[in-house]
Amino acid sequence: MLKIFKMAVRNTHRYARRSLLIVSLIAVGVVFVQVYMAATNSYKNLIISQITDSMLGHIQVHKKGYLVSVENVPLNMNLTAEQTARAEAILKGNPLVESYSTRIKLGGMISNFAETTNIRLAAINPGEEFKTVPLLPSRILEGTSNLKPGEALVPELLAKGMKLKTGDTVVLVATNKDGSVNGKQFTIGGIIETAPGPGGRDGYILLADAMELLRMEPPEISEIAVRLKDFSKLEPAFNSLMKAFMQEKNKDGKPVFEIHTWEKLSPFSAIAKMINMMTLMVKIMLVAIVLIGIMNVMIMSVYERTREIGTIAAIGTQPNTILAMFMAEGLCLGAAGVIAGNILSVAVIYGVRLMHVTFAFGMREGFVLTPEVNPVDFSIISAIVLAVAVLGSLQPAWKASRLEPVKALKSI
Amino acid sequence: MTIISGKDLRKHYIAGETKVEALKGLNFTLDAGDFAAFVGPSGSGKTTLLSLIGCLDKPTGGLLEVCGTDVGKLDRKAGARFRGENIGFVFQDFNLIPVLTVYENIEYPLMIVNPLPEEERKKRIMALLEEVGMTDQSHKYPDQLSGGQKQRVAVARALVTRPKLVLADEPTANLDHKTAYMILELMKKMRAETGTTFIFSTHDQKIIGEAERIFTLEDGELTGTSRTGGNNNA
Repeated sequence: MLKIFKMAVRNTHRYARRSLLIVSLIAVGVVFVQVYMAATNSYKNLIISQITDSMLGHIQVHKKGYLVSVENVPLNMNLTAEQTARAEAILKGNPLVESYSTRIKLGGMISNFAETTNIRLAAINPGEEFKTVPLLPSRILEGTSNLKPGEALVPELLAKGMKLKTGDTVVLVATNKDGSVNGKQFTIGGIIETAPGPGGRDGYILLADAMELLRMEPPEISEIAVRLKDFSKLEPAFNSLMKAFMQEKNKDGKPVFEIHTWEKLSPFSAIAKMINMMTLMVKIMLVAIVLIGIMNVMIMSVYERTREIGTIAAIGTQPNTILAMFMAEGLCLGAAGVIAGNILSVAVIYGVRLMHVTFAFGMREGFVLTPEVNPVDFSIISAIVLAVAVLGSLQPAWKASRLEPVKALKSI
Repeated sequence: MTIISGKDLRKHYIAGETKVEALKGLNFTLDAGDFAAFVGPSGSGKTTLLSLIGCLDKPTGGLLEVCGTDVGKLDRKAGARFRGENIGFVFQDFNLIPVLTVYENIEYPLMIVNPLPEEERKKRIMALLEEVGMTDQSHKYPDQLSGGQKQRVAVARALVTRPKLVLADEPTANLDHKTAYMILELMKKMRAETGTTFIFSTHDQKIIGEAERIFTLEDGELTGTSRTGGNNNA
């Protein structure tokens, strides 16, 4: 077999210009795909981490049926204290869960005594919340993340519109689930950056303040945001939590909870899917380049070496060996393209990192694109190219192995 | 001992709507150790006959036995195996593999076709290189050799598997007369040393006399056979 590969390598040198051309073509294709994947993965991961680490969490748990009416922030779909305790027990018992944060989501009105407008609020326990969405403190543009009772963090755009500053006094008015309207005076504890996606325009108050504002007795919870120890284990973690939560039934035998990953909660998941789709398209283009390129080169090679094939067949070379010889040649071309392409890809990826390419997401600017050399992606692309190179050389190699020696020897 | 036997051997080709009779019922035998020539003008059927004996093609009629095997019944794989085990080929255009050195060209059948351990392989190749006088050229590639040197390598390649039979189609056609005689002398010498049967085709009257048995073909028919002592028995 080694001898066959030795011959294959020498045959690729024999048609040096043609081989160089196809190897370059494959290398350029590999660079394009690897850099594209590295860049889009960097973009995707950055945005996903912004969404999950500053607002959503990786997974959210609600009372069954909450999500379909989430836009109304329904207070009659909250988890009771007993249900919350059951959910917390499940989360505490799962080794993949890093932390969780209980929230009350509510809609209300905010007044600075001169004007009044709508506001959506998330009532939180800051300790739990900052563990679960650790980028949230970085969104606080002024004021403190250390919310005290009676303080509120208000979204940037609303603060600008109402000319609110830290330390100003406002009144928050909300309707509780019984329909009665309640108000409470708050101090602006800070201004929080507006972020795209669900929850990105919410203000924040303490859980205890929300319960007082809503006259909520006993306490209830709208949602539980969950952070995992390892985001790459989202699927197994979700599956294990789903299994546990689905075992929790009400007296009618129906599930009490519903559980969703960030993908179900954020419209960015559609963009992420589109990016994945485009990556697939780029991969298909690479496959086409390699397939057509290798097939073309190998067809030419078989055509030009028909007499040589006749000679080795006459000497007694088995058809399968001839097949292997030409497939090895295609594989060598593919391998050379992969090696060159991967080396160039690493150089380009590090080049892009050095260039500090920035982009904006929503209102936030200055995200730096940091593509990374991902060994898994590199291995997958390399394996695809090598497999396609072998596939592309299969037909010409098959043709070579089927040549009648007597006819092949007469070829000029 | 008969090594090749042809009985009413026929071969025809279909060219468009025309049936071309290349061989028209040949009857002949060749013995082991013969140094024989198929002679005749171009188109007489020499190459076709060698192709049939070499299992490169199949007869369309009659019986052809080579080394006791009815070669007309061999399929592609069995034919390749039979050739590798029993037959060596020397071609008019040498047909060396251009990407392999002299040593590697001779080594090829022992690496790919009839694999042998490296030590034995090397022993055989070095002995043959010595015999054909190419020891000091063993590292060269075919395009660095003269026609005569290439043909000597081809003879060594044909003999390296120790075949029972070597078929040479116009082996001297691309060589000058001096080199052509040298090649024939080399083939005769190898025949004398190994007992291998050599059959070559030629239309060159000057070298026909080197053969010990001559089969004359004309228009697909065997028109004469003769035994000679050969001009210069090795």
